[in-house]
Amino acid sequence: MSETDFATRDIRTGRLDQIDYDNNFEDLHAPLSRHEAMVEAERCYFCYDAPCMTACPTSIDIPLFIREIAADNPSGSAKTILNQNILGGMCARVCPTETLCEEVCVREEAEGKPVKIGQLQRYATDHLMATAKEHPFKRAASTGKRVAVVGAGPAGLSCAHRLAMHGHDVTIFEARAKAGGLNEHGIAAYKTTHNFAQLEVDFVLGIGGIEIKNNQALGRDISVEQLRDDFDAVFIGVGLGNTNDLGLEGEDNDGCLDAVDYIEKLRQTDDLSSLPVGRDVVVIGGGMTAIDIAIQTKLLGAENVTIAYRRGQDGMNASLYEQELAQTHGVVIRHWLQPTALISNDANEITGIELEYTSQENGKLSGTGEKIKLEADQVFKAIGQKFDSSVLSDAGIELEARRIKITEDGKTSLAKVWAGGDCVAGGEDLTVESVEDGKLAAESIHAFLTR
Amino acid sequence: MADLTTDFLGIKSPNPFWLASAPPTDKAYNVERAFEAGWGGVVWKTLGSEGPPVVNVNGPRYGAIFGPDRRLMGLNNIELITDRSLEINLQEMTEVKKRWPDRAIIASIMVPCEEQAWKDILPRVEETGVDGIELNFGCPHGMSERGMGAAVGQVPEYIQMVTEWCKKYYSKPVIVKLTPNITDVRYPARAAKAGGADAVSLINTINSIVEVDLDNFAPVPTIDGKGSHGGYCGPAVKPIAMNMVAEIARDPETAGLPISGIGGISTWKDAAEFISLGCGNVQVCTAAMTYGFKIVQEMISGLSEWMDQKGYDSIDDFVGRAAPNVTDWKYLNLNYVTKAKIDQDLCIKCGRCHIACEDTSHQAITDLVDGARKFEVIDEECVGCNLCVNVCPVDSCITMEQISGVDPRTQKEIDPNYANWTTHPNNPSAVTEPAE
Ligand SMILES: Cc1cc2nc3c(=O)[nH]c(=O)nc-3n(C[C@H](O)[C@H](O)[C@H](O)COP(=O)(O)OP(=O)(O)OC[C@H]3O[C@@H](n4cnc5c(N)ncnc54)[C@H](O)[C@@H]3O)c2cc1C
Ligand SMILES: Cc1cc2nc3c(=O)[nH]c(=O)nc-3n(C[C@H](O)[C@H](O)[C@H](O)COP(=O)(O)O)c2cc1C
Ligand code: SF4
Ligand code: SF4
Ligand code: SF4
Repeated sequence: MSETDFATRDIRTGRLDQIDYDNNFEDLHAPLSRHEAMVEAERCYFCYDAPCMTACPTSIDIPLFIREIAADNPSGSAKTILNQNILGGMCARVCPTETLCEEVCVREEAEGKPVKIGQLQRYATDHLMATAKEHPFKRAASTGKRVAVVGAGPAGLSCAHRLAMHGHDVTIFEARAKAGGLNEHGIAAYKTTHNFAQLEVDFVLGIGGIEIKNNQALGRDISVEQLRDDFDAVFIGVGLGNTNDLGLEGEDNDGCLDAVDYIEKLRQTDDLSSLPVGRDVVVIGGGMTAIDIAIQTKLLGAENVTIAYRRGQDGMNASLYEQELAQTHGVVIRHWLQPTALISNDANEITGIELEYTSQENGKLSGTGEKIKLEADQVFKAIGQKFDSSVLSDAGIELEARRIKITEDGKTSLAKVWAGGDCVAGGEDLTVESVEDGKLAAESIHAFLTR
Repeated sequence: MADLTTDFLGIKSPNPFWLASAPPTDKAYNVERAFEAGWGGVVWKTLGSEGPPVVNVNGPRYGAIFGPDRRLMGLNNIELITDRSLEINLQEMTEVKKRWPDRAIIASIMVPCEEQAWKDILPRVEETGVDGIELNFGCPHGMSERGMGAAVGQVPEYIQMVTEWCKKYYSKPVIVKLTPNITDVRYPARAAKAGGADAVSLINTINSIVEVDLDNFAPVPTIDGKGSHGGYCGPAVKPIAMNMVAEIARDPETAGLPISGIGGISTWKDAAEFISLGCGNVQVCTAAMTYGFKIVQEMISGLSEWMDQKGYDSIDDFVGRAAPNVTDWKYLNLNYVTKAKIDQDLCIKCGRCHIACEDTSHQAITDLVDGARKFEVIDEECVGCNLCVNVCPVDSCITMEQISGVDPRTQKEIDPNYANWTTHPNNPSAVTEPAE
């Protein structure tokens, strides 16, 4: 073992050969072949009042779509899926199925091997997207109503699609140059390969009646008030614009990075070898973002990647499956450690991190006083995102737990304004939940516009 | 280890597993491989008359039905009898019999329905030294269009006549192979017996179209855009074959007539079931064509293992044991009352029992109990039909249990004595003493 050395840093680009980048960032799960899909589909019992269907936030009729696959009708299957969840293709790739539909599959209960619902969903939706000559849904006759959707993430796209289907005209205002939200900028690269996020955006827009205006940010280029004046209804799905800080000295030093920002760069680059990555990487956090940055830096060639999380394994937001995925990629997960100081060299570059052991009593977490130091060329912050309420200006939209407060069907406290996705209070921050939020809000808007 | 040797019509074989007359027995090469693998006997692929042999189609001959994971459940074929010359077949049969004296070899024959044709071929078959003959009255396609095979097997008088000729011109056992493509299999069986047959074998294949190609709107297998009905066999036909075997076994007119069971036999268990219904041995075709000859090893070990467990020393110990328990509906005990019972520890809560009973039967299984997902039998509604048992994906999770006392469904006391339809008050032609 090498001596712990906090003086020298090793951050480099191009740690790997091109072929290794290609292999490392290929599909996490290879798509099922037709035969594999048929065999897997036959495992489904076509349950009555299926528990999997109840567990799916978008209530996809899972037994039906799987039976359609088994009956060699993958296009019909895809329509069953997309009817409930227009981003069914992305959800099939990114849903933590182990805590959703597959967790409650009766075959999980029976033998610990659930039907591979996510992979079957991908099989069907991929089939439709690859073979369909036209968009699977038709627009209703035009209502002449116009709706503004802010943010082209899963929530916004889902809302826009459902509104377009009902015959309304939709304008999406998107701050970034590209649509897709975190599908395009945040999800781990190996979950959505081969530019799938953009293909899916094109697919969604294929219904017609949706116009996207890029580089239009709420709070900068447009305001809630203005949209309320110009449109018959407004949907806000801007996600979470800010991330949490460690609150330690040296956070601006070279090598202390925001995980979400780094992943966005990773997702947008054409050349993975251009990304600088350290030999020793420490990730702070315990959620999906922590797992994703840890695995991806490992895949970029980092030698030692450690996730430090301040509570025990049960406390981690990342599912057990995600944790094990990180571990099989060689990531070390250490629990009960909280950061107390960043260690930098004279050039204000990160060289390590000091952590303190923690313990929990009566739900209260506290440091034990015992500390360790870990060498680190890069320290990634993955300790949560937060809603940037400044985008709302002073429109008078009520917040709850620092996010937008909504009713069950997505209404905000301000008339004519709905919201959904990560930027609203309650629920888990998942793609599939955002899709559902967008869909429910669209139905509510539709009811309002046609009342 | 149990003794599997069988003596069927005086023909000895080391085990009751024979290969049915079909491609696996078409020539010496296959048959010797089968014997090496352990098969007890073969019925050689059906021979035709002297002269130019029949020709087969040169396109596909088979179609199939599949279960999950492309497990072959039913096979359909449009193959004819042997397309090799009679001379070569007879010569090979002679040689193989010499080399394998302990195995059974039966010659299957199909020649026109004229006495001369049989008179010509039988002495030549006799010369080969094989153990007996089987009359192919079953082939349902192609040959039947030429007045042979099933065309004979469907007319009891012809069966009797041809069987008589065979007994006249051939000294060894004569087995008549029956076609299932008939309304009541007892008539051809009786005709065979009347003609002097030593045994019947059944079933041959069932007329079938297994698939329609929806792109070309033609049956599969498709030969240049057209298809013809084929003969169906394999696991899917086993229930039909077993019923026909039982019909013959329990028909007073044919009771005691030896039977060679054929149709969908794939494992030792299938074989044991046929034997218990009254078969002296069994013949296999599709299972061998699906997996190769090695399957006989499983059949041998499975059957002897089971016989050891049950304490049966020889096949004879259980031949026909199930036949007396096959009866007419009217003799079933109407005082035998059962209710389904769900083992909650095994139940995985798929809800199939509930929806099957709710939508299509007697509304006798809950889906919620005290607001929670739970599947329980409502004894007041359950008629004991067994549907839930059959649709439940978990083995032994639902069982049928006999009850006594008051039946919660009818609110009536259950009579502990046997009583059947013949005496039932709702039967307009009821008698007072139960018939049996
Ligand atoms: C690293 C990471 C990994 C994740 N992995 C998974 C996963 O594997 N599975 C899963 O289910 N979920 C995952 N999530 C969560 C998931 O991505 C989000 O729950 C989901 O994308 C939220 O959708 P949304 O539409 O609410 O917001 P977003 O996807 O964030 O989309 C919001 C959109 O609004 C735009 N926008 C923002 N501000 C403005 C403004 N002022 N004006 C106009 N437009 C604006 C943004 O540019 C963006 O396009 C992950 C999240 C992260 C950060
Ligand atoms: C391809 C094929 C060819 C057959 N040819 C003959 C035949 O020539 N003579 C005959 O008596 N039966 C023939 N049969 C019927 C079989 O001997 C047997 O009766 C039938 O397949 C049922 O048994 P199984 O379910 O084990 O296949 C043939 C069956 C198949 C599949
Ligand atoms: S959307 Fe996600 S949770 Fe719902 S069925 Fe599909 S994979 Fe499962
Ligand atoms: S719970 Fe599992 S087996 Fe039942 S319908 Fe859903 S996927 Fe199929
Ligand atoms: S079919 Fe079987 S496993 Fe399914 S709910 Fe009924 S008893 Fe339980």
